[in-house]
Amino acid sequence: MKSLRNYIDKIKPQFKKGGKFEKLHSTFDAFETFLFVPDKVTYKGAHIRDAIDMKRTMSVVVFALLPALLFGMFNAGYLYHLSIGETASLWKNLLYGATEIMPIVAVSYITGLAIEFIFAQYRGHEVNEGFLVSGMLIPLILPVSIPLWMVAVSTAFAVVLGKEAFGGTGMNIFNPALLARAFVFFAYPASMSGDKVWVNGLLEKAPIDGFSGATPLGLAMTGQINNIPDMHTLFFGFFPGSIGETSKLAILIGAVILIITGIGSLRIMLSALAGGLAMGFIFNLLAPAFAPIPENQILINYFSISPIMHLLMGGFLFGIVFMATDPVSASQTNTGKIIYGFLVGIFSVMIRVFNPAYPEGVMLAILLMNTFAPLIDHYVVQANISKRLKRINITK
Amino acid sequence: MARINIRKGFDIRLKGKAEKILLKLDPSAEYALKPSDFHGITPKLMVKEGDKVKAGTCLFSDKNQTDIAFTSPVSGTVEQIKRGDKRLIESIVIKADATQTYESFGTEDAQKLSREDIIKKLMVSGCWPYIKQRPFDIIANPAAKPKAIFISAFDTAPLAPDIDFIVNGMELEFQTGINVLAKLTEGSVHLNVNINYPTSHIFAKAKGVELSEFSGPHPAGNVGVHIHHLMPINKGEEIWTVGPQDVIIIGKLFLKGIYDSTRVIALTGSEVNKPRYFKLISGANLSKLIEANITSKNARIISGNVLTGSKIDRNGFLGFYDSQVTAIPEGKHFEFLGWADLGFNKFSFTRSFFSSLIPGREFTLDTNLNGGNRAYVMTGQFEKVLPMDIYPLQLIKSILAQDIEQMEKLGIYEVAPEDFALCEYIDTSKTEIQAIIREGLDLVKKEMC
Repeated sequence: MKSLRNYIDKIKPQFKKGGKFEKLHSTFDAFETFLFVPDKVTYKGAHIRDAIDMKRTMSVVVFALLPALLFGMFNAGYLYHLSIGETASLWKNLLYGATEIMPIVAVSYITGLAIEFIFAQYRGHEVNEGFLVSGMLIPLILPVSIPLWMVAVSTAFAVVLGKEAFGGTGMNIFNPALLARAFVFFAYPASMSGDKVWVNGLLEKAPIDGFSGATPLGLAMTGQINNIPDMHTLFFGFFPGSIGETSKLAILIGAVILIITGIGSLRIMLSALAGGLAMGFIFNLLAPAFAPIPENQILINYFSISPIMHLLMGGFLFGIVFMATDPVSASQTNTGKIIYGFLVGIFSVMIRVFNPAYPEGVMLAILLMNTFAPLIDHYVVQANISKRLKRINITK
Repeated sequence: MARINIRKGFDIRLKGKAEKILLKLDPSAEYALKPSDFHGITPKLMVKEGDKVKAGTCLFSDKNQTDIAFTSPVSGTVEQIKRGDKRLIESIVIKADATQTYESFGTEDAQKLSREDIIKKLMVSGCWPYIKQRPFDIIANPAAKPKAIFISAFDTAPLAPDIDFIVNGMELEFQTGINVLAKLTEGSVHLNVNINYPTSHIFAKAKGVELSEFSGPHPAGNVGVHIHHLMPINKGEEIWTVGPQDVIIIGKLFLKGIYDSTRVIALTGSEVNKPRYFKLISGANLSKLIEANITSKNARIISGNVLTGSKIDRNGFLGFYDSQVTAIPEGKHFEFLGWADLGFNKFSFTRSFFSSLIPGREFTLDTNLNGGNRAYVMTGQFEKVLPMDIYPLQLIKSILAQDIEQMEKLGIYEVAPEDFALCEYIDTSKTEIQAIIREGLDLVKKEMC
């Protein structure tokens, strides 16, 4: 490591102001601090600082996403081979999935980081690590058949308009990864919905008989409740869906990592879970209120679905564990987080049941609540302020 | 008696707690008074180099409040007036006499003196600066009428000295100090002790105080936290605070009529060979103590604790208010892929390093920042270490925006930089939060007072 360090120290002056590669200063700094935690020491205030930094925080989240990514790779291979009537070994499935998915991950990271580096250099900042997580989230919430150029375009859209336009990491209003997904969803709906995009190869060639590429939410929306896989399959994730969303087990492993390390907000996860269950339960209660005529049957069936099923279908769990907990776009106060999470849960289930155009509600629910998060915080903080003002009135 | 259990907070488990052995040091050859120990004052010099002074002779006063004297801790000769950038006075160094002589301030019974006379005596003797005020965490304004006076009888900061051990045997001085303080307020003198600790006789038997018990992790011992829970400060109110050792110094002034700033300090930290307690005089030159106890040349010496203390040289002087000197290793080194380390030896408030699997272990922490400065991303962290009904991140942001109205609404009058020291320690974004809070307090003081 010593020689690497010496080499970096040798070339460092060229990237400083007035150096040959002055324009690449932020990029150099990003790579240098990636390789070596800087030798900066405290000079005022507390003389010691916690071992945690932004790189550690973000890499813990990326680490928590790895189970979902690995399962997504396996599932892509598994479903592909199933669709052509073959059975393949674990490794073959994984390898197939990896060759399909790693390019998506690479495109997402390269596009996003390139833009981040440019903006950091332009502003004279250090490169912020926030995109390390967004860059991993974006592939995981897209279908495996997504064209790579769409990944690049949507990532660029999300980073430039969703984040840098607001001032960069920490200043954005919307979750960048969800913004990327929303962009693809509305700009290229044919690549983001239907029965053919979730398993590779279906767009080109029909699968063998008996194989359906429909997601559970797609089935529920079209009244095929009985064709939805059982809870067991839904939990382990052997069914079509966005790359990272299908295995609840993998997501829960990630959730446990986030909770134990204290980096993901347990408040948001639990309150969103409660919100989703509550809305599902309310729908159960309302189901008998509809006249049992054929036109209503699909809705009645969807209303009657077990609230637990709502948690297991689609991206609900992935959304509330990894997306709703984004500290920048979520509510920032503790009370606000509970309200925010609960409403994310409510709206996720409400949107997916009521609006047939948007089979997945969690994306829109979180983006909607991102908009309201500052308002929620405003009222929470205002309550604290009024309490303080009241105290003055009493004492005077 | 109020009993308050503080749940929020964090104990930083550092190596190098002082063993309860009190050693007496040979007197230092030099002593210094540093204007930077007193936030917000502009020193007006009263002596010049070569002048003879006694213990208690005024060295400088505040330009805006000339009655408050800052006096020499020892008798001797003014050896040097050290100036820094823009001729800012950094310190006034006194070469001590072999035998000490004291200015005499009279030994009248405090009970018989009027409030004005007591204040005058405290000011002229150099004891007034020991009385600080909230809001703003500065030397108290003698013209104000405080709602109460608060004394925290325990310290929860990392490696903090055991106050009960320090004050041992000073019953009379402490009680006299309390009696003096009681005359300064129409409210009560609050003495706050640690529940989880057998309270020393001095504190338990103190008369004329309102005793309250606190428990919990740091900052449960911060006087600001006590005030917040017992008597939160509203706009326009003042509460005064005094440290326990400083009460004793005030007591001695009224018992003996002299300014005797002898205090006990704990020499602590992982770089100290044998962490112990030492008796010396405020402002003492620490070079002998440091040479004898700290062999590592790569140590940062801090007058105070690791969270709020100030860095001093190896031949530096003890700070005016400090009861602790800490030595930790400097962290000026690169670490290859340090952020990806499993972290068995890294200490963190979060549980994102494996070290959190081993409870109770003590750590050697160095002064490395452990990362780069970033925008605020994480939320909900500061709340976990600030046991006050205050929204820390929102307050910090209102200060950065210089929004005075919002700062007032969010409770700036109730806080001091030291209350935010732990927020600064755990901050993932590595911002200088204590400096930000100080900036906010200064701004509010300038605009509103």
